[in-house]
This record gives sequence, structure tokens and C-alpha cells, in this order.
Amino acid sequence: MSKLHITTSINGDQTEFLCNSDESLLDVLRDRLHLTGAKEGCGSGDCGACSVTLNGRLVCSCLVLAAETEGAEIATIEGMADGEKLHPLQRKFLEHAALQCGVCTPGILVAAKALLEKNPDPTETELRYWLAGNLCRCTGYDKIINAVMDAAAEMRGA
Amino acid sequence: MALDEYQKRDFKIIGTTPVRPDGVDKVTGRAQYGADFYLPGMLVGKMLRSPHAHARIKSIDVSAAKALPGVKAVVTGADFPATAKGDTLDVQEHCLANGVALYDGHAVAAVAAVDANVAKQALKLIKVDYEILPHVTNIEDAIKPDAPIVQAGRRGRHVPEGYSDNCTGWCEFGHGDLEAGFAKADKIITRTFKTSSTHQGYIEPNACLANMGADGRADMWCCTQGHFQVRNLCAQIMDMDQSALRVTASEIGGGFGGKTTVFIEPVALLLSQKAGLPVKLVMTRDEVFKASGPTVASMTDVRIGMTNDGKITAGDALIRYEGGAWPNSTIFPGAQSAFASYDLEAVRAQGLNTLTNRPLQAAYRAPGAPQSTYAVEAVVDELCEVLGLDPIDVRLKNAAQKGTKSSYGPTYDDIGLIQLLEAAKAHPHYSAPLGPNQGRGISNGFWFNFGGETSVSLALNFDGTITLVEGNPDIGGSRAAMSMMAAEELGIAYEKVRTIVADTASLGHNEVTHGSRVTFAVGLATIKAARAAKAEMCRRAAKIWGIDADAVVWEDGFAKPAGANAGEHDPMPIEKIAADSPRTGGPIVGHHEVTADGAGVSFGVHICDIEVDPETGFTKVLRYTVLQDAGKAIHPDYVEGQMQGGAVQGIGWALNEEYIYGEDGRLQNAGFLDYRIPVASDLPKIDTVILEIPNPGHPYGVRGVGETGIVPPLAAISNAMSRTIGVRMAELPMSPPRVLKAIKEKG
Repeated sequence: MSKLHITTSINGDQTEFLCNSDESLLDVLRDRLHLTGAKEGCGSGDCGACSVTLNGRLVCSCLVLAAETEGAEIATIEGMADGEKLHPLQRKFLEHAALQCGVCTPGILVAAKALLEKNPDPTETELRYWLAGNLCRCTGYDKIINAVMDAAAEMRGA
Repeated sequence: MALDEYQKRDFKIIGTTPVRPDGVDKVTGRAQYGADFYLPGMLVGKMLRSPHAHARIKSIDVSAAKALPGVKAVVTGADFPATAKGDTLDVQEHCLANGVALYDGHAVAAVAAVDANVAKQALKLIKVDYEILPHVTNIEDAIKPDAPIVQAGRRGRHVPEGYSDNCTGWCEFGHGDLEAGFAKADKIITRTFKTSSTHQGYIEPNACLANMGADGRADMWCCTQGHFQVRNLCAQIMDMDQSALRVTASEIGGGFGGKTTVFIEPVALLLSQKAGLPVKLVMTRDEVFKASGPTVASMTDVRIGMTNDGKITAGDALIRYEGGAWPNSTIFPGAQSAFASYDLEAVRAQGLNTLTNRPLQAAYRAPGAPQSTYAVEAVVDELCEVLGLDPIDVRLKNAAQKGTKSSYGPTYDDIGLIQLLEAAKAHPHYSAPLGPNQGRGISNGFWFNFGGETSVSLALNFDGTITLVEGNPDIGGSRAAMSMMAAEELGIAYEKVRTIVADTASLGHNEVTHGSRVTFAVGLATIKAARAAKAEMCRRAAKIWGIDADAVVWEDGFAKPAGANAGEHDPMPIEKIAADSPRTGGPIVGHHEVTADGAGVSFGVHICDIEVDPETGFTKVLRYTVLQDAGKAIHPDYVEGQMQGGAVQGIGWALNEEYIYGEDGRLQNAGFLDYRIPVASDLPKIDTVILEIPNPGHPYGVRGVGETGIVPPLAAISNAMSRTIGVRMAELPMSPPRVLKAIKEKG
């Protein structure tokens, strides 16, 4: 089986890779490009740990075929900070102790950023429903919600 | 017991909330978890698993798989050295079946290949000839004398007559004259309760990378709660010297007790040995559910007597657990903790464990305690309802306190249960108004906490900073807690200490991160290592000053003369002592090794409000408050995180989570879509109240806080349910169909 040649933009950088036709975007990000910030928690779109944005839309990268991403713009957790300057969401997660084991954190940060781009002033209920596709087993979500709401407030003020 | 460690003092750093040292890596995607390691030439490992609940493996033909181009190794259970014995042999046979598949999902073979596609193809080429055997997957059937026998020869010595040979364990705890106690009661309630198996539900599937050379020496990277335990188990199974295997713990994406043993690590080593190349083996989510440890399921009879004014006169429980296809000891903490919140004259808890054709249970946050506590706390609550008594008043009236002989034997030292109950009663939540279809429940919870073998090393670098080397994977912010304790003790800034979790070649043995032991035991060892370093720094300063070491004291990061008799010397900062150390005797390192004792038991009290939709049986948690005694909260935000996380796992257990087995003995819901853990939109804010009743066994008063939070929610929600719908439900989870059925049957 010959491999497919794909050209995409990942976190603003043009990226080329070869993949099999049945490989997921998550497999390529992790195993071919070694961008391991996106995690495989389930491989079936139930946990959100592999969340990335594809042309601005929040997706589970385990449910996207890598071959579908020709010409696409992909954003992952690795592109969220601006050099050594953390994104406000990242900073607020640290300040609010919003992570424990941290394995769901990249996906939740990507998802939360996608929400705030659509809706800079979500209610707590809107936020809880938006993040309902991102499982966290450590925190009970309480401090995650506090961190995102605080980051949203700061970003609105900025 | 070492119960003289605590000394009251004022803290500068303890009790503050600095950012954890692993924080930036975790918010930027740089933190490396079990599946994030890659080596040149690395192969991909995959496992073949039994589709049958119980089957003899008549033969396995791996020849076609081996012949497939790109396949580098194929192994079965017969390829392990036949040297493991006892419990370790059980662990080995759980990793790879040896002649008999004992549950749906039991691994029977494994392959290593150049990529995942080739490995998957190879699995399809392995031919297994099974002879299907009778199976049993639930407690009621497994304990009957005529039950299918899961493994012969495992009957426990003390198991009473009348139970099947599946019953591997029996225990009994308690004291006093039960019948005399029940005779004093005005009201006695007896009920039977059931709980389902649940899974720890860590988001990171088990993963490891093994690399064994032709010289028999190996390295491994894996996500685990205890890499020393991984090393020791793998070394025994692979018949290696412990020194020949170095294990490095990755960041761990949740464990909750489930990653305290091995499932794939010995298999990855075996594949790497056969292939002569590194092998990465990662479980799928389906495999995690089917073949890594769920909790025990339970069936518990409880009988409690109470006087009209709320005094418990006697408590008796028969607790039955099933924990899969091999013996386990979870029934012991289950029976010991059932009545541990109460000061009782007459109490008995009997425990029975049975085998079933399910995966071997693994620890899950306070293993065994939530199930038995649920049954006891539900009957206490029902007695309060029937007798018209306030449930907190009744718990206060019967609460264990310092000097109480516990239901499992020891007499309590300083404990905080009464303070917790008083705080719960005074909390605004307890008196807030409730609406229609709403109810409030409360529950106590208890956990023992552990200490265990611990080894840490604290090095003073030449610039005066500290490298603290510990050996326990950090699952809740413990590196931050260790840095804080070292900084507090040395009188330096938190940022000057970097704590790392070292590999198994770098320290003496460290027991697994379990039993809420790390902040207590590793913290204790850290404080003592820092004290050893301080003593050495005082000796170095004394040497420079030409005075006795006894005449030097340590204060806020400086060596100082102890008094006027010691002479006039300017305080010497840690940076100078560090810089001078090559000329005053060499590098300065404090270290401490201990089997820590005196962990200090922990109590919690939870208050929960729910609303039930009478049309659908759906339950919404409206408000939830967790009160817990932390002894001393080193980092209060991270303590709250433990309390909140435990409570939410308990909420999932009470309302939704369960292993569902079909008549065919197969697990029907091995995925996050059908095994539904709580999501953000299911939950309210989880309020927390931390109390600090110092543990006499720790220099700063620390008690473990990790596990207690999962104990009360099962009963708190069940008690709220009873008060909402007017029916005492006695089976978890209280999923919408069960709640609806209970409402309809009530009429």
C-alpha cells in the first residue's frame, strides 16, 4: 500500500507528511510528527483528550482521517503559547490549580479556546455544556470552570 | 506507632498555593506520559484477547503470525520463564493466560511488529482453539455451593461451610455482645445492598515502552503509580535481577489505584527480549475496561439497632465482594472500615471474597471502603428517618473520637470526626431550603491512610539551590508539596527547590503511590532529609568559624551562632555554605530512609442535594459540600482538588457507572460512551471545607487526603434519594431506569 502525501499547516507552519489511508490525524500528529500534546484517551471521540482545531473548528483528531487534512489549517496545544508567553487560559489553569494529572488538560485548553473565540462571555452553564465532551477524572471540573471563566473575563478586559 | 512527631509551629510556606513544578509542561503539551516515548527502531506491540468468559486453551498456533513480514516476535504465556510463584504468578497469568482464559478480554498472546497495521494483521493470524467452560460473573451465583468453579484449589482456609470453592477469603472484625446490644434497641433495621463494579476511569490508557538488550539488562518507561513495584514484579516474572531492570515513571494520566500493579509491562519486556528491539505497548480504551482493574462488586447485609433517642446499640454486617478471577484482599479494608466512624459497644463486620470470571479487581481510591460504608450509612440514615431524628445529631451522638476503640481494633488517637460533623451542621448548605422533588443526604466516610517504605535524597547544589530526589509518581501535586516542605524546613524560597521523581536505579525502594501515603510519608522523609542537610550545614559553618557544631543553629536559610558564647560571627547564608562545601568536606546531601508509620486516619462528611425528575428518573446533583480533615493542608488548593475529585468519582458510582455483563459472560459497555463517567454539565460546584486536626505522626501534622473523598458520596446520594422519592433504594448505580422503577413501584 503506497502512502499518501499530505501538505497542511500546523500551528502556522507548513507541514508535509506521508500517511496510510486509514491513519487518523491523531496518529499522524503523535507517531509521525511527534506532537504528543494531543492524547489518545479512547480513540472513539468520547473523551476529547485529542482535541485540536481543523480550519478553526473543534474536532477530535482521532475521528479525522489524516488524508482529509490536505490544505487544512490545524492548531494543537503546542501552538497555544506565544513563545515563552503563556496564553491567558494556560496561565489561569496554573493559577486556579485546574489540573491534576494533566492528561486531559491539552484537550480542554484547546476546547476552551475554541469556545471563547465564538463566545467571549459564556455563562457557567454554557461552558459546562461546551466542555461536556472533554472528560476529566481528577478534578471534578470545579477548578477548570473557575479557570476558564476567569481567563474569559481577563481576555474581555484585555 | 510513631505518634510523637508533631510539633506545633508557625509556617511561612506551608499553607500557601504556589504553582506546581509540572504545571507549565502540562498546560503546553510538553509533559511526557506513558505513550509519549519513542526510541529508534521501536516496534509496536499488540495483544490478542479471549472473547470467552471462561475457556480452556487447547492450542495456540502462532506460526502464520510469525511468518508475516514485519512481525518480530509473537509470545504466549508459555514463553515466560516458569519461575514466578504465589501472588506474582497470579499477576503473570493475569497479564498473559496460561492454559485457561478466565474472563472476557483475558490476554492469550501478544505480537511485536514494525507498525500497528502489521501487528493487527498478525493478531488475526493467530489461531486459538478454545474449549468453552461454564462461567459465573456475579456474586449471588458465584458463592452458591453448585457454582461453576473459576479456579480450583483457591478456597480460603476460614471460609464457612455452605459457600462454594470460589470463596477465597473470610474475615471478621468487631467487639462486644451483639445480641445484648440488639436487645437494647428500640428499632432494628436489616437490609441488603448491592453495588456494581466500577472502573477507576483514568483518561490515560496503560502504556509502556520496554527495551531489553542481549545482555539481559533492560530499561522501561511506563505510566504507573509505583515504578519500584513495576520493577520488582517484572523482575520476578522475567527471572531477572532487580538491578538489571531500570524503570522510569512517566507523567501519569490518572491512576486512582488502578495503576498500582502491572498488566502489560512484563509482556512488553518479553516481546523486547525476543525481538531484540524496543517495544511500545499501549492499551486501547476497550482493553482498559476489559482487562485492567475494576473495583470489587458487592452484596452487603447490614443490621443496626438504635434507641429512640438515637444511640446505636449494635451493628452487624456481612459484606460479600467479588473481585474477578484471582484472590484479592479488598474485603479486609471493606470489613474494617464499615463501622469505623462510630463508637460502638457491640459491633461485628464479617467479610467474604469470591472469585468470578471477571478481570482481577485493582485498588480504587480507598479500596473496599465505599461499598461497605454505603450499606452502613444507608441503614443509619433510615433509622434516623424512621425515628424522626436529625442525621447529623445521630452521627454526633455516636461518633468515634480520641480514645474510642475502633470497630476494627485499634484505639483512635487525635481524629476530627466530631469537628467535621459540627462544621457540617453549621454550614449554610445544611439549612438551605429545598424545593419540590428535591432532597438532602449526608454521610460519614473513613479511610485508614498508609505510610510505607520511603527513600529520599536532598542535594545542596553549589549555588545554594536544592535538588530533591524522590521516588513516588506524582498523581496529585506531590512534587509541589515536597518542594514546599523542603523549603519550609530549610528556610529558603519554594522556587529554590526542584523536586524530581527519580528512576528505580537512583534511590532505595519506594512503596507505590497509594494509601494516601505520599504527602505524609515522603513528606516526613523530606523533612528529615532537610534536617540532616541542615545539621551538616551547621557543621560546615562551625568548621569555618572554628567553633563546636553544637554552637551553631539554623534559621531562615542561615547558619548562626547559637548564642553569645559561640562568638561574634555574621550569619552564614546557605549559598556561601554551598559554595564553600568542596573545601569544607565535599558535597552536602541530606537523605532519609524509613518505613513510615503513624499515618493518621482520615474522616470526611459530605452533604448532597439532588433533584429527581419523577417522569424520567433522572437525578440532578444540585449542591454538594465536602468537609474533610487534612491534618495540615500543605497546599490547600491541591487538597481541595483531591476532595472534589473523589466526591465526583463517588457521584458517578452512585448514579451512573457500572460494569454490565451479559448472560454470555461478556462485558457489554467497554467504552466511555456506554460506561458514562461524570461530565462537566452533570455537576454543580463542589464546595469544600478543610479542617486541620494535626496528625501526631507527622512533623507538620499531615494526614493523607487522597482517598477519603470517595467514601461518603455513595450513601450521601442514596440518602438524598430516599428523602426525595420516599423509597429506600438498595442498589447502585441509581440510574434513571432503576429510579423510575422504584418510584412506580411505590405507587
